[in-house]
Amino acid sequence: MRTLDLLRLSALSLLRQPRRSVLSLIGLAIGVAAVIILTAVGRGARTYVEQQFEVLGTHTLAILPGHSETTGGLPGFGGVPHDLTLEDARAVGRQIPGVLRLAPVVVANEECSAGGRSRRVVVVGTTAEYGAVRALRVRTGRFLSPGSWDESRPEVVLGKTLATELFPEGGALGQLVRVGGWRLRVIGVLARQGTTFGFDLDQVAFIPVRTAMTMFNKTSLFRVVLQSRAGSDMHLAEQRVRRLMIERHGEEDVTVATPEAIVDTLGGILDALTLALAGIAAISLLVAGIGIMNVMLVSVSERTAEIGLLKAIGANHRQVLALFLAEAAILSLAGGLLGLGVGLGLVKLLVTLAPTFPAAPPSWAILSALLLSLSTGVAFGWLPARRAVGLDPIAALAKEVL
Amino acid sequence: MIELEDIWRTYQLGDTTLHALAGIDETIQDGEHVAIMGPSGSGKSTLLNIIGLLDRPTRGTYRLDGRAVGGLDDDALAAIRRRGIGYVFQSYHLIERLDARGNVELPLILDGVAPRERRGRVEAALEAVGLAERADHRPSELSGGQRQRVAIARATILNPRVILADEPTGNLDSSSGEQVLALLEGFRARGLTLILVTHDPAVARRAERVIILRDGRVVRRMPGRELQDLERALAGE
Ligand SMILES: Nc1ncnc2c1ncn2[C@@H]1O[C@H](COP(=O)(O)OP(=O)(O)OP(=O)(O)O)[C@@H](O)[C@H]1O
Ligand SMILES: [Mg+2]
Repeated sequence: MRTLDLLRLSALSLLRQPRRSVLSLIGLAIGVAAVIILTAVGRGARTYVEQQFEVLGTHTLAILPGHSETTGGLPGFGGVPHDLTLEDARAVGRQIPGVLRLAPVVVANEECSAGGRSRRVVVVGTTAEYGAVRALRVRTGRFLSPGSWDESRPEVVLGKTLATELFPEGGALGQLVRVGGWRLRVIGVLARQGTTFGFDLDQVAFIPVRTAMTMFNKTSLFRVVLQSRAGSDMHLAEQRVRRLMIERHGEEDVTVATPEAIVDTLGGILDALTLALAGIAAISLLVAGIGIMNVMLVSVSERTAEIGLLKAIGANHRQVLALFLAEAAILSLAGGLLGLGVGLGLVKLLVTLAPTFPAAPPSWAILSALLLSLSTGVAFGWLPARRAVGLDPIAALAKEVL
Repeated sequence: MIELEDIWRTYQLGDTTLHALAGIDETIQDGEHVAIMGPSGSGKSTLLNIIGLLDRPTRGTYRLDGRAVGGLDDDALAAIRRRGIGYVFQSYHLIERLDARGNVELPLILDGVAPRERRGRVEAALEAVGLAERADHRPSELSGGQRQRVAIARATILNPRVILADEPTGNLDSSSGEQVLALLEGFRARGLTLILVTHDPAVARRAERVIILRDGRVVRRMPGRELQDLERALAGE
């Protein structure tokens, strides 16, 4: 028997009871759609997290003052957190091997005003290196001047939105801006950076770290960010930094964080979650397979006489088996494709509704959902098909109706 | 040539053993026209099914064209049923969702004949049974006699050597029955072996040879033309 004839005959017998056929494959369709949607959302979540952290740069590491609360104790006794100082930052730069660049960071909310307009924004005090670590793109002018960290220079770099808000007519470069009561000259405007962790980099003013510490009246840094050379062991760097800080402060009063480690951990959790959800959806495919088996069993018992006839006119066991397996395969593949269509449609809808969420089903999920539905159908079609093969043709022919 | 040697077909029903066939010895030559008669339950269908390789004897040897078929596997048996034997049933056994053409085409499909070649052969087979115009009618759109003619076209499309017919006219009125018999006899005239089971003496009488079964045994063999005398004799008893 030719494959095309086999498929045609099987399709014809499925069309005999179109409604029942469609009902039997809905279960599979739902299962496949669920796998597609769940993996798309899971993958989307992972991509989203990665995109968020990507902004922090690769091979970066942050030192935060912040083990202080864990030391506990009364103020004035041993538990007083040490400042994270510029000196600490310099020491890290000097003593940790493989550091490519590092930048100290202080942060405060300050009033920025120019030409009668005023905005309260996040002001970041840092150094020229910060722009390189975070890969900030400059639109006009330049980022903070390189040079001594201890020099207090009257300069400011504006985020794009802030620049247009303070200078709607443009031409911010070279203008004076009043920041926290200080008059600073605009030496650069950043290109659009977008939002990270809900933090709008386009609404930020960058000023030299020394200027900022004086302006904010702060002795401790908000954090130190550093970038290692490509290929260096971030885990090792993290340990070295921690050890150095303990040595310098006499206790562990800083947190050392690497975005990559966070991404890895978060990503791992998301992957596991996605897999678990997809697994549950896949189990629903098996349940759907039982539905297919049911329909096929009914079909076999209804077509007993036909099976007897086929044997009488010379169908061998293989052909009878193939006819019924092909039916199951067509059913399950149709169910899989329907589910794929519905799933992809819903993912598309989701992306339209939430454009920033990069939901997309991974190709392995599409492929395995289809393969799984096909093999489910064939596996559960096996029993009915075997039953058809095993029918006694004489008993089968004794049934009058075809 | 069909050679049956001490053929038994036994059913075990709980404690009782039922011999549907109890030692049949019979040889049917190529091109013969044989009618099998006998009361209900005498084993006629069982015998036909064994000859048609749908059933296996419990005991005994069946040789088809000199070859013992007892040891053949499903594949070989199916191939013989497909190409060597044409089956005609009392209740036609046409597939309702296929039209006449589709039903006649089935053996060709099972045999792997190319679609191009099938078309012509199906038309010719339907033509031969006088149903060329009804090729795209469903079975339910045909009369009983027409359905049986479609079934005959299906049974003969692969040019079998033997036609087995189990009460082919059992559901038909006399004129459709006559058409069907004429068709079957026409095939037989072209050299096919025709074996039919019937209750109708008028049908059996047309056979070259009549075999009468009772309780799974052959109780009488006679030329068809002598059947009338037997009937008279039986009626006179
Ligand atoms: N599957 C079976 N199980 C048990 N007994 C069976 C089976 N098939 C047939 N028989 C018995 O075998 C005997 C012969 O049956 P068979 O069908 O050959 O009779 P028949 O001569 O064709 O009768 P009819 O004229 O009614 O068609 C009967 O007694 C029947 O009950
Ligand atoms: Mg019978």
